[in-house]
Amino acid sequence: MALLTIEHLTKRFGTVTVLQDVSCTVAPGESVALWGPNGAGKTTLLRCVLGVLPFEGTIRIDDLDVRRQGKQARRLVGFVPQEVTFYPTLTVGETAAFFARLRGLDPEEARRRLAQVALDDRLNQPVRTLSGGQRQRLALALALLGDPPLLLLDEPTASLDVRSRAEFMSHLQTLLDQGKTLLFSTHRFEEVEHLARRVLLLENGRLEADTTPGTLARRLFPETTHYRLRLHLPEAQRPEALQALRAHGFEVWMNGHGLEVRVPADEKAAPLLLLSRAGFEVTDFELHA
Amino acid sequence: MTTTTARATIGLLARKELHDALRNRWFVLYTVIFAVLSLALSWIGLAGGQLYGLAGFGRTTASLINLIMLIVPLMGLTLGALSLALEREQGTLLYVLAQPVVPAEVLLGKLLGLATALTAALSIGFGLSGLLLAWRGNTMGLGAYLGLFGLTILLALLSLSLGLLFSSALPRTATALGSALFAWLLLVFLGDLGLLGSALVLRIPVEQLFTLSLLNPLQVFKIAAILLLRSDLQVLGPAGQYAMHTYGMRLLPLSVGVLLLWSLLPLLPAYLFFRRRGAL
Repeated sequence: MALLTIEHLTKRFGTVTVLQDVSCTVAPGESVALWGPNGAGKTTLLRCVLGVLPFEGTIRIDDLDVRRQGKQARRLVGFVPQEVTFYPTLTVGETAAFFARLRGLDPEEARRRLAQVALDDRLNQPVRTLSGGQRQRLALALALLGDPPLLLLDEPTASLDVRSRAEFMSHLQTLLDQGKTLLFSTHRFEEVEHLARRVLLLENGRLEADTTPGTLARRLFPETTHYRLRLHLPEAQRPEALQALRAHGFEVWMNGHGLEVRVPADEKAAPLLLLSRAGFEVTDFELHA
Repeated sequence: MTTTTARATIGLLARKELHDALRNRWFVLYTVIFAVLSLALSWIGLAGGQLYGLAGFGRTTASLINLIMLIVPLMGLTLGALSLALEREQGTLLYVLAQPVVPAEVLLGKLLGLATALTAALSIGFGLSGLLLAWRGNTMGLGAYLGLFGLTILLALLSLSLGLLFSSALPRTATALGSALFAWLLLVFLGDLGLLGSALVLRIPVEQLFTLSLLNPLQVFKIAAILLLRSDLQVLGPAGQYAMHTYGMRLLPLSVGVLLLWSLLPLLPAYLFFRRRGAL
């Protein structure tokens, strides 16, 4: 049985139709990406699933009707918004305790969740002083309160730097391995490749395709023969790594974050393998068309 | 799976709202202004009492009515207008509504929290004035003074309900706050002037003039407050005399009933707007 069922979802803001007759299902343990340009309806779809916007059609989470049984349905959902705003007068600990109580949980559970995202040492820090990455991790900790099976994430890494994004993605991968179901929107193809098993392609409020990351890649980069592979390495290793790659015939240059390599479409992993075998510490990579 | 009762959720949200209100600069400013002016009026009342031999609480109660009519609606309207709209604009409302709560719980939690904060603020003003009067040994008119305190809480509640209505219906903080300030002007100034002007130009009969004045909750508050002090409405002119003649002793409970109705009525459209608009 599907954990999330969306049937004929239509959402209008006045005369503007933002979502039109969208139907899909998400099975337990699946990781599904919402892909589409700005204004395609990704955020609106997630908000409708949360039941915070009125809509036409039916949305069920574990057979609970979001419109009629919203409170019970939202117990099964954790939400991470794009730009997280918490109450500025509260500390990390107070914020976590407040949202734990709102779910009828012991504040001790909040502390455990904070530890899960390595924020348990910041209990007394006001949330307004947290960095973007820390705020996003706090949002993830709060989304995990009550151990909900479904996580909705609205471009959760959009405002994060590379390191915070890598950390956040690693948390999501762990959750996915633990059996959580993810429905997330993103503009970063590497996140789709990294996390998603399925992609829902939205355009102008319509569900244009229910596909795989591979198919999306072919659709997005049909004529691409080469990619730019951005590699993150410790600063001290960069000059040597640059030389090593050049010695193997790669077109490579250095930038502020690490190295950038021009790679053929069918050999995207080759520089990674080469550097890894040579003992270099590649901490992260990104692929750009 | 854990569950929370609606009462627990409302209580939690109310405590959070109270916590925020006590850190709100506007709220603190209003509280200080009200307390200082109440004390000043009591002091002046005491000085006048020594000169003219008038009772302390009675004189202070009479002086407080105008202060209350000016400040308390402003407190309730602005706090109510800021509550939902500000959170909507900041994005915290979306986050709260994404939790296992329903809009009615959020609205009631805010109402309860802000009402408690307002009651606390008014208690400080009334309490300090009362202590000053009691210290000087003037306890005459204490009943009317306490009655006025109760009516003031009702006035604060109805202003808060109206403020929440603006906050739930309008998407932007500036619009909600602007509308609340306009409503305050309308109730405080234009209400009286409009009625006087209309009565003169349209030659409105006295019974219609009285009915029209009931549309302004501030006028209802004024009627109830004066009745507490004097047991008649001669100071309100023909309309007051007509009201006393028609309703007699029922006028005070009737006024309290109208104030209660004004406190509750805006909450229904506020809830409907809030449910329809949600976090946006």
